[in-house]
Amino acid sequence: MGRILEINGPLVKLELPQTLIGEQVRVGRMGLVGEVIGRDGGTALAQLYEDTAGLRPGEAAEGLGWPLSVELGPGLLGAIFDGVQRPLHAVRTLSGDRIARGVAVPSLVRETRWHFVPAAQAGRTLAGGDVLGSVQETASITHRILVPPLLHGELLELAPEGDYTVDETIGRVKLADGRIEKLALFHRWPVRTPRPFRQRDHAVAPLITGQRILDTFYPLLKGGKAAIPGPFGAGKTMLQQQIARWCNAEIVVYVGCGERGNELTDVLEFMPELTDPHTGRPLMERTLLVANTSNMPVVAREASVYVGITLAEYFRDQGYDVVMVADSTSRWAEALREVSGRLGQMPVEEGYPAYLGSRLAAFYERAGRVETLAGDHGSVTLIGAVSPPGGDFSEPVTSHTKEIIQTFWALSKELADARHYPAVDWLESFSGDVKSAAKWWAQAVDPEWEHARAAALDLLAASEELQRIVNLVGVEALSSEQRWTLESASLLKEGLLQQAATDEIDSFASPQKQFALLAALLEIHRQGLKLVQLGAPARRVIQLPLLAQARRWKSQHGSDDLEALKAKIAAIPEAFEPLLEDYAAGAGRG
Amino acid sequence: MRQGQGGDEDAGGSGESGSMGRGKGWRHAMKHVEFRTAASAQGGLVVMAGVPGVAAGSRVQLRDHAGRLRSGQVIRSADDAVLVEVFEGTDALDLERTWVRFLDEPFRLPLSRDILGRVFNGAGLPRDKRPPIVSADRRDINGEPLNPAARAYPREFIQTGISAIDGMNSLTRGQKLPIFSGGGLPHNRVAAQIVRQARLLGEASTEFAVVFAAFGASHADARFFQESFEESGVLDKVVMFLNLADEPVIERLLTPRAALTAAEYLAFDLDHHVLVVMTDMTAYAEALREVAVLRGDVPARKGYPGYLYSDLAEIYERAGRIRNRRGSITMIPVLSMPSDDITHPIPDLTGYITEGQIVLGRELANQGVYPPVTVLPSLSRLMKDGIGKNFTREDHPHVASQLFASYARALEVRGLAAIIGAEELSDSDRRALDFADAFERRFIGQGEDEDRSIHETLNLAWDLLSMLPPESLIRVTEEELAKYHKDTA
Repeated sequence: MGRILEINGPLVKLELPQTLIGEQVRVGRMGLVGEVIGRDGGTALAQLYEDTAGLRPGEAAEGLGWPLSVELGPGLLGAIFDGVQRPLHAVRTLSGDRIARGVAVPSLVRETRWHFVPAAQAGRTLAGGDVLGSVQETASITHRILVPPLLHGELLELAPEGDYTVDETIGRVKLADGRIEKLALFHRWPVRTPRPFRQRDHAVAPLITGQRILDTFYPLLKGGKAAIPGPFGAGKTMLQQQIARWCNAEIVVYVGCGERGNELTDVLEFMPELTDPHTGRPLMERTLLVANTSNMPVVAREASVYVGITLAEYFRDQGYDVVMVADSTSRWAEALREVSGRLGQMPVEEGYPAYLGSRLAAFYERAGRVETLAGDHGSVTLIGAVSPPGGDFSEPVTSHTKEIIQTFWALSKELADARHYPAVDWLESFSGDVKSAAKWWAQAVDPEWEHARAAALDLLAASEELQRIVNLVGVEALSSEQRWTLESASLLKEGLLQQAATDEIDSFASPQKQFALLAALLEIHRQGLKLVQLGAPARRVIQLPLLAQARRWKSQHGSDDLEALKAKIAAIPEAFEPLLEDYAAGAGRG
Repeated sequence: MRQGQGGDEDAGGSGESGSMGRGKGWRHAMKHVEFRTAASAQGGLVVMAGVPGVAAGSRVQLRDHAGRLRSGQVIRSADDAVLVEVFEGTDALDLERTWVRFLDEPFRLPLSRDILGRVFNGAGLPRDKRPPIVSADRRDINGEPLNPAARAYPREFIQTGISAIDGMNSLTRGQKLPIFSGGGLPHNRVAAQIVRQARLLGEASTEFAVVFAAFGASHADARFFQESFEESGVLDKVVMFLNLADEPVIERLLTPRAALTAAEYLAFDLDHHVLVVMTDMTAYAEALREVAVLRGDVPARKGYPGYLYSDLAEIYERAGRIRNRRGSITMIPVLSMPSDDITHPIPDLTGYITEGQIVLGRELANQGVYPPVTVLPSLSRLMKDGIGKNFTREDHPHVASQLFASYARALEVRGLAAIIGAEELSDSDRRALDFADAFERRFIGQGEDEDRSIHETLNLAWDLLSMLPPESLIRVTEEELAKYHKDTA
């Protein structure tokens, strides 16, 4: 038993010999928990996950003997945890509407009995990651019970099919040194250590989010890493919630790191009402929330992203495709900065410690598609929001992140101000996965995808150039063909890139619908171009009612109603025919 | 400045610290003991030696040689040295003749129904020459973080009677929506107008209250609000916390916390719907920077400490609604952007925490438009859930979106016209220009006493949208066009 020597904000100096760096400590009469971040002789420096006001020098402190760990087992899905995996619903039962300090609750409910179906056989040799059996946790998710990753030995016995609580012994393993280890439905894993796997796999399929600007233009593969940087008000949170709602992952881990309380409430209230478009089950059944809102203690904020990624890896190890959304990694970096400042470490850029870049890189490296220890395939796709101060993408967190990730969805203040949502900037954004995604799209949707995508981007880039000229000398200075390019780009922006999250039909677009719309708008462009090249003034083509109609198609036909959309697309040439006859004839006469 | 102290202090004795040979009795006695062991003092900080076992965050009272009392707070505590931050500063302090008492509790605010109609200073003491509030209910002004699982999502539309807000950046009950302004802009008048006119649709205003906190504000500003509350006859529903420009700077760190403690009491104990107006958050952040520099904290941007975000969040996040409670806290902080710069750390970090922002612009103000709300950078994040069918009117979401799109395009045209001249514009561009002018004059602009219903606001919006050809309005549905557009209806 040690004691408190000094309290300085969240940092507490303890007289506590023989503790490991990273070990959990419990201090004071309130029983506040924290972790050791430094040792000096017989003293240990610890940062506490909770507010330290009221602690006194002289109060007791003890080392708990383990690093910050999470409990992994049935009962995770649909839950909301704080930054150190305390279940917030249970905390509410204990301490009311506000989070009192020192509340200790097990992460997984101990009372619930889960129906366990064994799969392994007694007498066999087991290795870490092997499947012991399964629990049907929700209608859509089978929770595979895994042997803890570092365990290896002979399975002496395994419980028969039946109902068990998470901490009941369901099996015993004889280790190589003769010791006998008990197995339960859950095990613990330290959050700062990546969970092991057999090997990394190539990512093969794109993550479908139902958002056209993402899927069609800047694809992200399952197992990939993406960043969403944007100034405030650019719609970062909305876009992330859209991804969490609609993406075709089997498990979604949503980490609210230093963000607004009401946003998590929104997710909590809204998600249960929504159904997963891929399974038809309530979305909450595949979702886990980790919440450290901006008014919750900052040290736990630093821990929250690690808690989230460990939960994601655990489901990956069961063979699932997992998406983890971290909103926002900037708050995490700021928490890092706050702690390093208190430790008196030398700041480098904007007060951030020198190890910011390496920490960020190590964190993002935990994403990936892998072959699990049991030989399955699973993936963790990591999507991190970045909140650059003043919207300046050259600041340290954004610029470091940009070097690490493959897909960059840059949000623009200008687009958001004009209420062009999602405000993903088509010129600033990039994706390193277009080639791999193209293979999938060619097979699953249409071989023309890659060409169509490139044509649309060319059109958008050309219009940006022309817009600069227009801003200098006015639209009259442009040729008919150039004006038609401007109009086609505007058609693409309004009819394809803009997508209303609040519109029932438009909120989600299947890859087929995305491609149909893209192809349709490009067809309109080509038809118009033909006319203009025949000598029709752009003004006349722009006045075609078809152009206003096509802008509404996205919200008139759902992904399950593509036939009607395709009929309209087939009728595109008809709309141009009267004009075409005029000018083709005119050209013929001339 | 998170310094909440654990619930009931000292309840149940203290086994662990007893091992140090000091039990509960010793600490209780400590409240009444004056120590004269100041070892050093500099820049607002005093180090006390030989006072073991002082609780972190505890309140401190200092008595100087002239008998004047100062207050402070423990910011670092070790057995051999206790670091105390003195709110009134360390000027004219003599180490040998300074007596210090450790009050062994955080800052607390006594609360009862009697706070309504009262005026307090930044630390919660009466400044209206009336007796102090006496109550057994004394709460730590730092509060405790609200459990996200206990929050109820704000969905009730508040009608402010201001078109630029109601129509395009709607406020909902429980939201935190700051006014971003600049020196010389009428943010106070706008805030006062919101306080006067805010009401819920279809509900007679039941139990409502206003909590007004001013920090670093001028005497004139404070008087303006006081008179405005008086005129609208709500003074007995208002609680004021004033720390004016010439009053102790460090006390500004307590002011919003004291005010929000009162607001939480009114909202969640007395079931009131509380509107909190705070001005000026920039003065608050500057006070925080001043203290951070004294403490020697590592600066992040523009000298502000790295914890500015967390600190502001502790204040802003106290707005909201709680499940199964009737009251609510809606927050309108006023913030003047230094040099009108929205990327300055204070508005920037605020924007990342609050649920949108109402931005006032100098250009509109110079043209005589009141309220000069610059609608494009303004935003209400909770709007989508509080408007439309069943809340305001079914066309509201689309109309708002269309106004944004049409006005954004019209502004592009205006920029173009400035370069090439209006004569060179096409017909549709000229219509857009007229729309922009009318929109600013008639929709954004309105009287300081003009209270427009949401229906008036939406009808006005359609009048203006009817200046534009229907085929250019693609954010509204064809049905809505048929129903409301003057050309097609």
